[in-house]
Amino acid sequence: MKHGHRDILVGLAGQPNSGKSTIFNMLTGARQHVANFPGVTVEKKWGDYRYDDGKIEVVDLPGTYSLTSYTQEERIARDFILLEQPEIVVVVIDASNLERNLYLAFQLREMDIPLVLCLNMMDVARRRGFKIDTQRLSAALDVPVVPTVGKRGKGRAELKRAIVETCERTDHHPAQWRMDYGGGLEPILVRLETQLRSREHLMEDFSARWLAVKLMENDAEARRILLHHTHDETGQQLCDSVDRLRREFVEEHGKSPEKIIAARRYRTAARIMDDCVSRDKADRRTLTDKIDAVVLHRLAGPIILAAVLFGFYEITMGLGTKLANWCFPYTQRLGEPIAGLFTSSDLLRDGIFQSLVTDGIIGGVIAILYYLPIFFVLFALLAIFEDSGYMARIAFILDRLLRGFGLHGQSTLPMLLGGVIVGGCAIPGIMATRAMKDQKARLTTILIMPLMNCMAKIPFYILIVGIFFASHKGLALYSVSVFSFIVALLVAKVFSRHLVRGETAPFVLELPAYHLPTVGGVLRRAIERVWLFLRKILTVVVAVMILVWFFVTFPGIGTKREVQYDLRMVSARDTLVKKLGTDNRYAGALQGNNLIEYLRFQQRYKEEKLAVGDNNSELRRLTRTFESQNREFFLLANRGRDAEGKIDRDAGKAARALRKFAGTVKKLKFKRRKEMVRDSYAGRFGRSLEPVTQLAGFNWRMNIAITSSFAAKENLVGTLGTIYSAEEGRSGEVGKSIRAAETDWTKRHAVAILIFVALFPPCIPTLIMVKSETGSYRWMFFTAVYPIILGFILAAIAFQIGAIFG
Amino acid sequence: MTLDEVPAGQEVTVVDLHLEGAEMQRLLDMGFVDGTRVKVVRNAPLKDPIDIKIKGYLVAIRRNEAKGIEVKTE
Ligand SMILES: Nc1nc2c(ncn2[C@@H]2O[C@H](COP(=O)(O)OP(=O)(O)OP(=O)(O)O)[C@@H](O)[C@H]2O)c(=O)[nH]1
Ligand SMILES: [Mg+2]
Repeated sequence: MKHGHRDILVGLAGQPNSGKSTIFNMLTGARQHVANFPGVTVEKKWGDYRYDDGKIEVVDLPGTYSLTSYTQEERIARDFILLEQPEIVVVVIDASNLERNLYLAFQLREMDIPLVLCLNMMDVARRRGFKIDTQRLSAALDVPVVPTVGKRGKGRAELKRAIVETCERTDHHPAQWRMDYGGGLEPILVRLETQLRSREHLMEDFSARWLAVKLMENDAEARRILLHHTHDETGQQLCDSVDRLRREFVEEHGKSPEKIIAARRYRTAARIMDDCVSRDKADRRTLTDKIDAVVLHRLAGPIILAAVLFGFYEITMGLGTKLANWCFPYTQRLGEPIAGLFTSSDLLRDGIFQSLVTDGIIGGVIAILYYLPIFFVLFALLAIFEDSGYMARIAFILDRLLRGFGLHGQSTLPMLLGGVIVGGCAIPGIMATRAMKDQKARLTTILIMPLMNCMAKIPFYILIVGIFFASHKGLALYSVSVFSFIVALLVAKVFSRHLVRGETAPFVLELPAYHLPTVGGVLRRAIERVWLFLRKILTVVVAVMILVWFFVTFPGIGTKREVQYDLRMVSARDTLVKKLGTDNRYAGALQGNNLIEYLRFQQRYKEEKLAVGDNNSELRRLTRTFESQNREFFLLANRGRDAEGKIDRDAGKAARALRKFAGTVKKLKFKRRKEMVRDSYAGRFGRSLEPVTQLAGFNWRMNIAITSSFAAKENLVGTLGTIYSAEEGRSGEVGKSIRAAETDWTKRHAVAILIFVALFPPCIPTLIMVKSETGSYRWMFFTAVYPIILGFILAAIAFQIGAIFG
Repeated sequence: MTLDEVPAGQEVTVVDLHLEGAEMQRLLDMGFVDGTRVKVVRNAPLKDPIDIKIKGYLVAIRRNEAKGIEVKTE
């Protein structure tokens, strides 16, 4: 009987870039899921396939050079093998880089788990002239070896068969294979092993040999395991004796055991290479060497890099934004069915629940969905950068420059996307930090993201610069971005020195051989990551949007004001009725609730007409549909004309009156909203701060604009428009009304505001990203608050200095 | 001599590592064990990090870490 219905769990381990993910896709096809490993942001991919009548589940582990406990990836891979206890581990080996890859295979071999060696990249190895005797290799390691070319799906059936066959082998004696660590170390290891074997419950889960080697390597995790699994002092005693043994070893041999262990492993790898590999070509200059000679050239390298980064930025922000704008009308529609469930019969106010769901939750979710197409483009490009091998070269070229500020060569791309130059978006920026292995530099990079020039800040810059620095617009904008860049670098330096703790990975960066990325691989990766992003962010967004909604909505404007608004509504309606007159045929159609029905109808008509645009035949179809739905309403909504264009006098007259009425309602609603924001907790807070913010020249109007646009920074100009009572959305008009209202403003006011906005706190989606990528609400809170304080202090300084010089 | 002093284009042999903890372990894992031949391929445009060929693959390390790698010419 085969394994029957018993599921087999397979772990895919291997060094970075050996082709694990490719092999994973080859095995599982489309049946796969992505998430993060518990508690960390390292991606976890799992999927399954059927073999005979059993289900085989595969987990793609992070790529690791070794299996120590120094880095997150290594701990994850190791813990998976130790704790999840897969039936079998497939170690994916880059055949063109066999020696280093064997180094990892030995360590897995030592862990006493059934192993299959997947000898991948056979095509590359062959091209470089390596001939590998797989049978000898298999004998040397005492494991099955399956040669594959993952990219072409070669070796799939063989690998699948080897997996099942190895699991079925009952005569499995993995411990027979032993790495020989040499005369100095072996006696110590053997002694340790015997001592460990006497602890039975420890031996159920761990191999004595492996644990002994790890203890001698001074592996922190191995010590923890030992202490954790022994409940008396003997665990501690054993640890102490390991310390003593290590000390004695160093005294005797002049070298620490870990050096000897690594050297022996590499020596064994070299011996196996000699045995199993022959080479029929001399070491020629490879294509990678030739490309590097240009791409990493002292002068040409940076120029090419600048061009590539520029292109990357242009495509993500240009093409991505275009795509996003194109998709947005459709994403917006997604909320309509839900919004449609709430039909308020009050023209002036939305119900509490309605405003929570539509403004708060749906609004928040849709605001995030807007970014999806940008992410898709971004992730596809990132995948190309990563797969091709160029990503590592970027870090190589720029590391020196950024390191001085506590950043990393790999911070380049995130900062670029965040908008170092001008006009980026912090969300993809933060997403792009995922490639960074140095946790400390990564966190620092995330924390300075709000200081980049996100696209939502740009309209505001243009507005203020347009008012106060009209003659030097370009220069002023340029200064803003240079200013924010300098501040970001300095802040990074301070943070990394005093604030951010975290694992710093040693900068040992492989420059992998160049590969031509495959279309399928790139698309798959992009979709995976977009999906991962969606799932994570949507869970947090709801909570945060509810909070924000609460603070800008409550406590409301009080019954007295509400009654006044009601009265004004009543009078507006009276006016409408009077204007219509009793003899208008349409007066009846608009009585009671019909009026609300009509306004809804008209709104729908207007929106769909807008969506159709200039397309004449579509437009005609649209008018017909609406006319057939309700002819009377249609005539009114279409300014008295029917679909053929014939005018109905009564309807025309009624339509005019209705337009006037709708305008009044809109104005009232708008005014009430404005008042509500002003009196909300957020608004009150903003006003109460005026005595302090005066130091930087901000008055309460500015404060409210700033506090209330916190929920959606894109609306800063719009919010200012609301406050200065300009027509919504037209920045020219907003500029005029600001100038009219704030006659005493001078250039120093402008500079202070520009400084503040340049360092404006990130939008809610960004904060949510910070939470999900750092895993901590504290960092999220910090990222929200420090730019305000920093921005304010710098703005105040600029304002006060400006005052001295007049 | 340490690896950071080796001019680009030259090949040397690793003698010992004078580093600690994670840094040392990582370099050992990458193959910087005694007796290994390594070649300094080039410096980054700003002189740091350096690009090294070892056991048939390329790896970049910072000068700071290269300082901890003792080598000899042969
Ligand atoms: N020529 C060739 N290329 C391959 C083969 N298998 C994978 N690749 C390519 O090698 C690159 C790396 O493959 P991945 O599957 O992403 O490697 P990985 O081990 O998952 O890498 P990490 O997840 O970064 O550790 C990709 O560009 C693949 O298309 C192969 O057999 N032959
Ligand atoms: Mg992978």
